[in-house]
Amino acid sequence: MTQLALVIDLNVCVGCHACVTNCKEWNTSGEAGPMVDQNPYGKDPTGTFFNRVQTFEVGEFPNTETVHFPKSCLHCEDPPCVPVCPTGASYKRKEDGIVLVDYEKCIGCKYCSWACPYGARELDEQQKVMKKCTLCVDRIYDTTMTEEERRPACVRACPTSARLFGDIHDPHSSVSRAIRYAHGYQLMPEWGTNPANHYLPRRKTKLRIREDELERADNPLKIDSQLPKPGKAEPSLDDVTSW
Amino acid sequence: MTQKPAQPVQEVKNTTCYMCACRCGIRVHLRDGEIRFIDGNPDHPLNQGVICAKGSSGIMKQYSPARLTKPLRRKAGAARGAGEFEAISWEDAFSVLAERLGKIRATDPKKFALFTGRDQMQALTGMFARQFGTPNYAAHGGFCSVNMAAGMIYTIGGSFWEFGGPDLDRAKLFVMIGTAEDHHSNPLKMALGKFKRDGGRFVSINPVRSGYSAIADEWVPIRPGTDGAFLLAVIHEIIAKGLYDREFLVQYSNAGELVNTDEASDEFGMFLRTEVPEEETCYDPQDKLWWDRKTNKPVLTHAEGADPFLLGEFKMRDGTPVKPSFQLLHERVKDYTPEWAEGVTGVPAATIRRLAYEMGVTARDQRIELPIAWTDTWGKEHDTVIGNPVAFHAMRGLAAHSNGFHSIRALAILMSLLGTIDRPGGFRHKVPFPRPIPPCARPPNHPNAVQPNKPLDGMALGWPADPDDLFVDADGGPVRIDKGFSWEYPLSVHGLMHNVITNAWRGDPYKIDTLLIFMANMAWNSTMNAVEVRKMLNDKDENGDYKIPFIVVADAFQSEMTAFADLILPDTTYLERHDVMSLLDRPISEFDGPVDSVRIPVVPPTGECKPFQEVLIELGARLKLPAFVTKEGARKYRDYPDFIINYETEPGSGIGFLAGWRGKGGEKSLRGEPNPNQWEMYAKNNCVFHYELPKSYQYMRNWNQGYLEWSQRNRITRYAEPILINIYSEVLMRFRQAAQGKGFSRKPPAHLAKRVATFFDPLPFYYDTLEAQQTDKHKYPLAAITQRPMAMYHSWDSQNAWLRQIHAHNLLYVNTQTARVAGIEDNDWIWVESQWGKVKCMAKHSEAVEPGTVWTWNAIGKAAGAWGLAPDANESQQGFLLNHLISEELPACERGNNLRVSNSDPVTGQAAWYDVRVRIYKVGAGETAVTSPQFEPLKPYPGQPERKSVWNYFAGGKK
Repeated sequence: MTQLALVIDLNVCVGCHACVTNCKEWNTSGEAGPMVDQNPYGKDPTGTFFNRVQTFEVGEFPNTETVHFPKSCLHCEDPPCVPVCPTGASYKRKEDGIVLVDYEKCIGCKYCSWACPYGARELDEQQKVMKKCTLCVDRIYDTTMTEEERRPACVRACPTSARLFGDIHDPHSSVSRAIRYAHGYQLMPEWGTNPANHYLPRRKTKLRIREDELERADNPLKIDSQLPKPGKAEPSLDDVTSW
Repeated sequence: MTQKPAQPVQEVKNTTCYMCACRCGIRVHLRDGEIRFIDGNPDHPLNQGVICAKGSSGIMKQYSPARLTKPLRRKAGAARGAGEFEAISWEDAFSVLAERLGKIRATDPKKFALFTGRDQMQALTGMFARQFGTPNYAAHGGFCSVNMAAGMIYTIGGSFWEFGGPDLDRAKLFVMIGTAEDHHSNPLKMALGKFKRDGGRFVSINPVRSGYSAIADEWVPIRPGTDGAFLLAVIHEIIAKGLYDREFLVQYSNAGELVNTDEASDEFGMFLRTEVPEEETCYDPQDKLWWDRKTNKPVLTHAEGADPFLLGEFKMRDGTPVKPSFQLLHERVKDYTPEWAEGVTGVPAATIRRLAYEMGVTARDQRIELPIAWTDTWGKEHDTVIGNPVAFHAMRGLAAHSNGFHSIRALAILMSLLGTIDRPGGFRHKVPFPRPIPPCARPPNHPNAVQPNKPLDGMALGWPADPDDLFVDADGGPVRIDKGFSWEYPLSVHGLMHNVITNAWRGDPYKIDTLLIFMANMAWNSTMNAVEVRKMLNDKDENGDYKIPFIVVADAFQSEMTAFADLILPDTTYLERHDVMSLLDRPISEFDGPVDSVRIPVVPPTGECKPFQEVLIELGARLKLPAFVTKEGARKYRDYPDFIINYETEPGSGIGFLAGWRGKGGEKSLRGEPNPNQWEMYAKNNCVFHYELPKSYQYMRNWNQGYLEWSQRNRITRYAEPILINIYSEVLMRFRQAAQGKGFSRKPPAHLAKRVATFFDPLPFYYDTLEAQQTDKHKYPLAAITQRPMAMYHSWDSQNAWLRQIHAHNLLYVNTQTARVAGIEDNDWIWVESQWGKVKCMAKHSEAVEPGTVWTWNAIGKAAGAWGLAPDANESQQGFLLNHLISEELPACERGNNLRVSNSDPVTGQAAWYDVRVRIYKVGAGETAVTSPQFEPLKPYPGQPERKSVWNYFAGGKK
């Protein structure tokens, strides 16, 4: 059974927000849109986003990590938002595991957002329905697009390719391999939601310089510290000693 | 879900982004003529399909309530800055301008000053200024990163960003110094992601861990403005441990060239020269000497079989003492030990040593050898191209200090010692670089270059090679309003836009009549000392006349600067106009060859907006500037697209703004006759022209015969001779020599002699920034700097409805310990005070900032009501500018006079934004929770679109 998901590589995410606004741009005029912006030019602007980047500092100076953390619906394999929905608006698709909201059925009761331990759902204050990431379901099956284009907008936009997309149930997929090889993890597995989206942790490359690497036969100082020989006509002890 | 609209018209149009300075290829998807989606063009060499947060928010820029849609004239009697305007017709605007500018041109053309915030239309704006005859022209480089351009171009003949960059594809170690995120941002992000995934090691040296530093394998916090000390200590260690690439230095730099060390001689500090057969068109004759190790005699450099001493001292036959320039560098860095640098930079000596060893050992032991044959300019054939995979990147973090030029020289020298210049895995040039040191264009050198009704005799901006190239009058005084190319800032190759308003207001060196500002917010985030500069813009003389008589602002948006205009010219957005990213300008070349590109309108202009290019062409024709009219004086170009097709640098030169699809049928590249269908051919080809050089021309280009001859044949450069790296800068020495009263060139005025002699050191040295030298550091213990957030950098608006939801206001980040000592808790309101001014803002504790530094995101704070925002918007009530704390001038060091100099690097005039020192303290009880200073809120101008309170954007009508 297919389970589509995003795998987000925190090792290369620089927090540029390309995924945030490209998502908004695609989806506001797409099947899941529009996505409202309230007070877009006034005090405390706020609007509907399916994907946000939070930035945290971890550790104390100077051993500080600055972590950029993109967050959207994790498309849980056991999504707590689905059973709590009184109208059946929240549902998980059998064919690809995407969790969606049917706006026609949604009554905006917010049960699902209370049930979601990740805070991934947002009520659209204009339409009064729950909105969230659809994994660009209106892109990924659109056969009028090229294969390269049939990916979520955030994945295509990401300049560092920090976002991978694919079927985590297919052990040969690039996302499954990335999870295996780069120690991908789920958020808060203790909640038993079994989120489909995974994160890849920071990986540090270190360089160890051994002392003997600084002492080499081809050290150019061997050439450059050889100063010129004195001229033969220069004075020397040879000129004044005769024993 | 609701019903879809019935069969909307879908279109996709290619063009080039301009939400920042990257210039990515984009595809604009339209639905019923409205912008549905903007994505990266996968077939574009620069961004290969990716796009950033800004590019993805272009829709919101297009429909912004800050859009200016009609030409506007300040209402009679309204004060400048009040923002009271009335709409006028373009015909009225043009006739006002043509009459005023015509009079100026017929009398004294320098009374017209044209300064532009963007430097990617310089080929046209600069040409207009030159044709007009004014020297008073520059773009924003002087207050951006000119130190980076000048420091590196005067050393290796190229620099970062448009000029070159780190080859992360093959690097193993990448060192980024200071804030550098905003230059070539998407390509750098792409390269960084790949580099990290391939296991490369990334070290970031920066007072702040933000931006790309977040994903660095190691963050090395450093005190602002001390990068030069760090780099000199690394050089010290590289030489001390013999980790330099000797072969590279000998062949490709002036490390072995002999310098006259006889202090009594007029030639002191200059290279020894010998007679060589004079070659035609020789820029830098190879007439210098090495001291050969084999024969123990002076020989011509690069003599067959010779190998120079790099260290030692020698005597010429006539007794002249000489030393190789590498010996002088060795002596210079002798006392710049890691222990010394620790005290200056705050970076532990052990860390400095370790990083130096990492660089040196990686460069030496991870050597790359590519099977690419090439021939050097001395005729020697090489079977391979060698690379030492250590790459660096730096931009404004290093540049925006008054000691930045020498820090950057130190960086370029370090990169050269490691043997990484135009080699795989190191630094690589981009066409049209490398160029001779310095490049050939010169500013005019005499006030007579400015004549009524005549074009300026010379380029407004150029590259001085000696004091005789300075643009000064008989007394050594400046000719330019910004004092560029004067003895105060001799190598100010990008001008000093940050001093134009103050100088014009004071009438020093003279008064001007009309100031035309294009796309620069000189009343706000692009000026230092914003509070006072705003007063100067509005200041009147004893007769009640404005001290700057006429101000024209061309912009697409209601910036703070527009409020001070007498005349506003509404520009189009990037989606509404033709444009070129030209090789004559700031191109977008790749490492593998030249690239240029175009913008083609995807939507019609809004209201009466007119592209600024069209304004210049119209004005050029009305003023009868020679390049814009026929011999008979009739208008020569129908419009901007027509100009781009048909303009040639000289009649028949075959060199125009665009390099692709030249020749009558589009069959030629780089040079060729105008092609009437050139725009169509760009449109068909993703709006981009990419010329890939043969592999053998892609590396070692300073000394690559094939490349240099190709470059010469295509008239990219005039000369095809080797461009030797200037470890020792004789150019700088010529200025010092003049300041010491030696030689035959011009001499500086007495009051500047010491300044020039001090700062024109032929080798890099470290000095405390000029502002710090004049600041009581006990009173102002903290350095204050800014960075730009990735969602906004190099974009000149944050009124964007989506981006402002990411950053609607800024905070001052303070190291937690530093804040606690000052009794400041997280989110407290505080005062930040420098010796020049103070601002009120909110503090944020941070562990990601060095304890002696405070910082904030720049240009998020706005004046109330500007940019189409509501007067109570967060940008003006909680957001703030650090600019209010930074002076555009400093007292001159000499005592006993009232002289002032620009708060800039004394070599290049680079604005020293990051030198300011501050103290912080909690606000008093009862002080309001609103940022200070505040200004009278701006009201919308006639023609500005309505400010929506709720927006459900859905392209192509309702769902």
